[in-house]
Amino acid sequence: MPTIQFQLNGTATAVETDPDQPLLDVLRGRLVVTGPHFGCGAGECGACHVMVGDRAITSCDMPMWSVADKDVVTVEGLGTAERPHPLQRAFISEQAMQCGYCVPGILISAAALLKRNPFPTEAEVRAALDRNLCRCGSHNRMVRAVLRAAAEMAAS
Amino acid sequence: MTTSPPAPKLPVSLAANPKLSSWVNFIGEGGVAISPGKVEIGQGIVTALAQIAADELDVQISRIEMIRASTAMSPNEGVTSGSLSIQQSGRALRHACAEVRQRFLTAASERLGVEVSLLDVDDGTISGPGNVRTSYWELAGEVSLDHDATAGAAARSIAKRSVAGHSVHRVDIPDKVFARPRFIHDCPLPDLLHGRVLRPDISGAELIALDETAASAVPGLVAIVRDGGFSGVVADSEAAAEAALKALRKGATWSTGESLPDEDDLAGFLKSQPVETTVVETRTAAMTRKHAQTLRRQYTRPYIAHASIAPSCAMARWDGDGVHVWTHSQGVYLLRADLAIVLKMPADNIVGEHMEGAGCYGHNAADDVALDAVLLAKAAGGRPVRVQWSRHDEMSHAPFGAAMAIEIEADLDADNEIVGWRHAIWSNGHAARPGRAAQPALLAATEIANPYPRMISTNPPAANGGGGDRNSVPLYDLPAWTITSHRLLTMPVRTSALRTLGAQGNVFAIESLLDEIAVLRGEEPIAFRLRHLGDERAKDVIRAAARRAAWKPKKQAGVGHGVGFARYKNTGAYCAAIAEIEGTDDIRVKRLTLAVDVGEAINPDGVINQIEGGAIQATSWVLKERVRFDRTRITSTSWTDYPILTFSEVPAVDVEIIQRPEIEPVGAGEAAHGPVTAAIANAVYDCLGVRMRDLPITRDRIIAAAELAS
Ligand code: FES
Ligand code: FES
Repeated sequence: MPTIQFQLNGTATAVETDPDQPLLDVLRGRLVVTGPHFGCGAGECGACHVMVGDRAITSCDMPMWSVADKDVVTVEGLGTAERPHPLQRAFISEQAMQCGYCVPGILISAAALLKRNPFPTEAEVRAALDRNLCRCGSHNRMVRAVLRAAAEMAAS
Repeated sequence: MTTSPPAPKLPVSLAANPKLSSWVNFIGEGGVAISPGKVEIGQGIVTALAQIAADELDVQISRIEMIRASTAMSPNEGVTSGSLSIQQSGRALRHACAEVRQRFLTAASERLGVEVSLLDVDDGTISGPGNVRTSYWELAGEVSLDHDATAGAAARSIAKRSVAGHSVHRVDIPDKVFARPRFIHDCPLPDLLHGRVLRPDISGAELIALDETAASAVPGLVAIVRDGGFSGVVADSEAAAEAALKALRKGATWSTGESLPDEDDLAGFLKSQPVETTVVETRTAAMTRKHAQTLRRQYTRPYIAHASIAPSCAMARWDGDGVHVWTHSQGVYLLRADLAIVLKMPADNIVGEHMEGAGCYGHNAADDVALDAVLLAKAAGGRPVRVQWSRHDEMSHAPFGAAMAIEIEADLDADNEIVGWRHAIWSNGHAARPGRAAQPALLAATEIANPYPRMISTNPPAANGGGGDRNSVPLYDLPAWTITSHRLLTMPVRTSALRTLGAQGNVFAIESLLDEIAVLRGEEPIAFRLRHLGDERAKDVIRAAARRAAWKPKKQAGVGHGVGFARYKNTGAYCAAIAEIEGTDDIRVKRLTLAVDVGEAINPDGVINQIEGGAIQATSWVLKERVRFDRTRITSTSWTDYPILTFSEVPAVDVEIIQRPEIEPVGAGEAAHGPVTAAIANAVYDCLGVRMRDLPITRDRIIAAAELAS
C-alpha cells in the first residue's frame, strides 16, 4: 500500500493506506483524531468537516489520495483550552449547542468562512453553514457565536 | 380529634434509592462527586443538577464532579425522558444534599463545640464564632453517608440559593468545543474490535439463508456471527467490518416481508386497524345553550424520525459469564433488564454504563445497538466490540414517532360558542421502551433463534401524561367534552417514544380548531383563548408572548401570524408561541416568539436553549419531516430523502421566561413543540386563507388545499 503524506494540524503526517480509503476513517481510526465525527458517510451532514486551505470539506467521502501533500486542519487544530480559537471561545460564551455532536464540523465550516470572508453578514454565515446539519436546533446560537468571533477577530 | 400532619414524603427518586452515599460523596481534598441516575442527552441536565447540589451543599460548582450513570453504582432513576429529570433527580438531589449538609453540620458542632445554629458553610468550609473552622473534607472520615435519607431534611430557602436560578455555563461544553472525547463514539477502548449487523431493507423480512464464503475472505475479519435470523461481523477495523458486511449482504437470502401502509393515506390506514379504545376523559354539563351546528375536522401527522446526527453506537465486552456494556441509552437499568431477558442471565452479571451520545429526542436505536454489541462481542474472545449503525440503519430500523389521525367534533351554538367537544385519536402506542415488560423491546431480540415478537407500542398511563392521548384534554374551560384514544394493535411501522409523544399532534389539532372557531366568531384569537382559560399561569404566558411579538401586527400581504398554546402534559411547563411566516405557496417561518413558565428555572439560559431548540425542531417537523415508505420498505434512509431544516431556513427565535422561584421546577425540552406547530399552521391560515390539517405543511399540500378551497 502506498504511503500518503500530508500536514495534519501543522504536523507532517504519513500513513500507509489504500488511497481510496476515506480521510475520516484514517483520522478517526488509525490516527485517533476523533474531533471530526461520523454522521452519514455520504457527504450530507457536515459532521465530518475538516479544513483544507480555506475550504471546509466532508472527510467521510474524501479519498486519501486527494489530500496528499495538502494541509488538513481538524477541530483539534483550531485551538486548545489554553489557546482557544476565537470561535471556540465564542461557542462557549454563547453556549452555542445542545448535544454538541455537530459542533466540530460547524466550527470548521465557520473557521473556513472567516478565512475567506472575515466580515460575513448573518446571511453569509447561514449560507456557509447550510451543509452542516444540527438536529438539536442550536442554529441561531451558533450563528451568533460565529458573528461574535468575527467581530472579536476584526478588533484584534 | 386532631390528626398530626402527614410526615413529609421523600422525593420519588430518593425514596427508591434512599442511601445518601449513592448520590453524594466527598472526594480527595475538596471535591464532591454527585451521582444522579439521569443522563445527559444534550439537554444540559448534568449542569442543572450540579447547580442544585452546589447550592444545597454550599460549594463552588467547580468542585463538583458529575458521575456518569452506571448500574454498578448509580441510583436507579429509570429513564431520562418526559421532561422529568429536573423534577425527579433535581428534587432528590436537593433533598439528599440538604440532609448531607445537616449531618456534617451536626458533626462539626460536636467537633468544634459550637451549636449547629451558629455554624455557617462557605464553599465547603464550616465555621463558627471565634474563628473555629473545619470542612466537609476534614469531617468526611467521621460522617458516614451510608445512611438512608430521612424525610425531615429541609432544603435551603430560595433566598440562599446563589447558583440555581442563574445561567451558569454548562459543564460539558468546553470538552465539546475542544474535541476532548466525551461521546461514546470517540472513546475507543483498548484492544477494540468493530462490529456491524446485517439487516434487511425489506420491512419484516427474515434471513433464510446465508452464504458466508465471500465475507470470510475479507482481510481483518475476526468472526461472522449468526444466531437465528440475527447475523453480523466482527473485524479489526471499521473499514474491514464494513467490507465484510457488504460481502455478507451479497450472500443473504431474505423472506418476503410484511406489507407497509399506503403513505399517502395514513388516516385511512390508522382508522382501519384493530384498536384498543380508551375513554380518556369525559365531562358533561347541564346544557344551557343550544347546539346549532357541529364542525368536524380531521388532523394528521406522519411518522417522524428521531434522526440524531450521530448514528447509534455501543461497546460491549464479555468477561467470563458477565458482560459490560457502554451505552448512550436513556435508561441503563432498563436496558440491563432487557439484556438479562434476552441473554437469560441474572441482571447482576451485566453492567450498563452510560456515555454520552448525540441528542436523541426519545427512544431511538441506542438500546438496540447495545444488544447488537453484546451479541457480537460473544465471538470476540473477551475483547471489546464497538458497533455503530449506519445512517441508513438509523433512518430505517430505529423506532419512529407514531403517525396520528385526530378527529375533533366541536358543537357550536348559534353564536358559535363551543357547547360540546369530542376528540378522538387513532395512533400506534407512543412507547415501546426496554425494561418495562416481560418481553424485551430490543430489535435483535426479534431476530435471534427463538425470537421474541416485536413489542407493540403502548401508551404510558394518564398519570404519567399519557401517550397518544398526551395533551388531548384541553386546558380550556369548555362546558363538555369526551376524549377517546384508539391505540392500534398492529404495528407494521415500528414506533416508540419521540419527544412529546402524542402532544404535538393533539395540541396542533386543538389549537387549530380553536383558531378556526375564533375566526368564525370574528373574535380575536388570543382574546378568545384567554376568555376560555382560568389558569393564571396559562394566561400569563399567552399575554407575555403577545406583548413580546407586538400582537397583532398590521396585516400585510404575504405575511401571516398565528398563535399556539399548551401546558405540556397539562402538568408541566406552560408555553405560548407566536409564529410569523411569509410566502405564497412555499412558506418560510421568519420568527417565533415564545413565553414559557417552568416554575423555578434552575438555569435560565439552559431553559431558553431548550425552548429554542424545541421550537426549531418543531418547525422542521412541521415544514419538512415525514418518514417515507413504499409498500415494502422505508425509503427515507438518507438526509436527502429525509431533509431537516437548514441554517438558512431556521427562523429567528425569541424566548421570554417567566421565572417563578417559589414553584417546583419542571422540564422544558418538550414544551415548545405543540404550541409552535399550531402557531405555524394558524399563521399559514392568516397568510394564505387555507387551513392546513395534515403535517408536514409542504408546498404541494398548500397548493392542493388552495385549489380545493377555490
Ligand atoms: S459524515 Fe461526512 S457529511 Fe455526514
Ligand atoms: S447540538 Fe446536537 S446536533 Fe447540533
